[in-house]
Amino acid sequence: MTVSVTKPPAHLAPIAARQWFGPLVYIPAAWLVVAIAATVFAGLLPLPDPFKQALLRTLQPPSAAHWLGTDSLGRDVFSRSIVGLRVSLIVGIGSVAFGLALGGALGLVSGYFRGLIDLWISAVMTVVLSFPPLVLAIAIMSYAQPSLVLVIVVLGILFVPAFARIARANTLSLVEREFVLAARAIGMRDGFILLREILPNLVAPLAAYSMLMVAVAIIGEAALSFLGLSVPPPQPTLGGMIAAERANLLEAPWSVFGPAGFLFLTILSLNIVGDQVQRRLDGREAAI
Amino acid sequence: MLRRSLRLGGTLVGILFAVSLITFLLMNLAPGDAALAILGETATAESIATLRQRLGLDVPLLQRYLNWLGGVLTGDLGESFRANEPVLDAIVGRFPVTLQLLLGAQVVALALALPIGIYTAYRPRSLADKTALGVALAFVSTPPFLIGIILIYVFALQLGVLPATGYVPLGEDLVGNFLTMVLPIATLGLFEFPIYMRLLRSDMIQTLQQNFILLARAIGLPPWRILITHALRPSSLSLITVVGINMGRLIGGAVIVEVLFGLPGVGQLLVDGIYQREYLVVQGVVLFVGVFFVLINTLVDLLYSMLDPRVRVDSIRH
Repeated sequence: MTVSVTKPPAHLAPIAARQWFGPLVYIPAAWLVVAIAATVFAGLLPLPDPFKQALLRTLQPPSAAHWLGTDSLGRDVFSRSIVGLRVSLIVGIGSVAFGLALGGALGLVSGYFRGLIDLWISAVMTVVLSFPPLVLAIAIMSYAQPSLVLVIVVLGILFVPAFARIARANTLSLVEREFVLAARAIGMRDGFILLREILPNLVAPLAAYSMLMVAVAIIGEAALSFLGLSVPPPQPTLGGMIAAERANLLEAPWSVFGPAGFLFLTILSLNIVGDQVQRRLDGREAAI
Repeated sequence: MLRRSLRLGGTLVGILFAVSLITFLLMNLAPGDAALAILGETATAESIATLRQRLGLDVPLLQRYLNWLGGVLTGDLGESFRANEPVLDAIVGRFPVTLQLLLGAQVVALALALPIGIYTAYRPRSLADKTALGVALAFVSTPPFLIGIILIYVFALQLGVLPATGYVPLGEDLVGNFLTMVLPIATLGLFEFPIYMRLLRSDMIQTLQQNFILLARAIGLPPWRILITHALRPSSLSLITVVGINMGRLIGGAVIVEVLFGLPGVGQLLVDGIYQREYLVVQGVVLFVGVFFVLINTLVDLLYSMLDPRVRVDSIRH
């Protein structure tokens, strides 16, 4: 159900990040490095316990002891945000990796063998694309027991069609190239040609979009956890923290805008850096 | 033409059939017993058996699907077991709210994207262009519920000019409806506009490099006339497709926005159905939304091929 439109060459239509930021792209890159390091080593940092409740110290404003104040159960918003960001990053990276692996494999097989396999795979993709993505994710999450792995798989499924399409389109043109013909001529088997000749050439076009997709996946996880359909409590999630504290928006805005800030800065940084990565690796215009 | 229409119709029926099958399998292949999940661990074997019968769970899978599909085709999506309300009635009753939200959001998004997109394409790399792209980037990086919360914080809690939640039906009170819908529609519209703006901008920059624009300039036509009458139409083709495709993103956003603002729409029905384990409601809403989305996309494809004769229906299928 898609229409192919000729894309303009990249130099004609520069996109936000490069124009605005130029060398300043290192700032969002630095945020991502710090964010990943902080979430990995959260346990080692001298931060208050993210799970410890203090019912006498609820909704405290930011202070030296609690950098982003406390929430409605007296828990430290800053350390909870870091633990929540860890879920966002794991789900974001994990689901894109899942979608890339499965979609890439399907697109590869589809574009190489064509025929009936291609027809079946694209039919399945069309059906997946027939549902609004978030509604499909919500529906699956509602029928099963929510868990970290399930969230990763469910969001990952949503990325399969996009990666499959990129892999298929690239495979279709690669198959026509001389080196594949040469491999056939010396009697290489299909499986060998797929893995040794074509797959290495798919890495760059597939990787080009993956960072931008991590940003999309993190928005998706945030939406699911806002609805209470992501990783269940007591594990803090950024969307879940915002949903739980939004009743206190007026008296304790930090309890909402603290996790919201982590979410926004991370997605923004992924978009800026991802845009650069996509330009370097692909050269064509960003996907919508 | 007839053959084309038949083929398109065939594809459409195939997709709709697949949508119904997936919707059904999602619910019915889920691990665990739906009746047990609804009634809880303390339920007696007898009450579970009764509920299983009522939900139609006591027959084999294929039979169950055919029963359900037969019902769907005759407009019977089952009944919610708590409210004893036909699921279709519940959906149809709430759909106007969602539709108003979706259409309003598209209007807001396009009303922002068209002028900004046209101007930034006309003056790329200007300060206005850079500002617009920066703002667009910020909105693309903000989850919809966060845009909504910021709007609530500013306009409802700080300024106190608009209600934070609640809903007044359109037929009941026009002004009241407007006031309750402003923030939800603005939230979704702001979520959507950067995508349209960036797309229109880059397509328009492309168009403006073409020879016929050079000719129009050489003749001495005023810039606004070149932009609006000559450049906009060829630049808006992919925008139209994306407005259709993005309906899916928008529907997902609408679920979140309805929950955030307490609007009694289809998205709220879906989420309530999940919390209350009303499986038939969830199944009905997912089917309804899937069918709605497929129909919108088909419509957009048709519209697109009408606007651009270069695109044949055959190429749309691939």
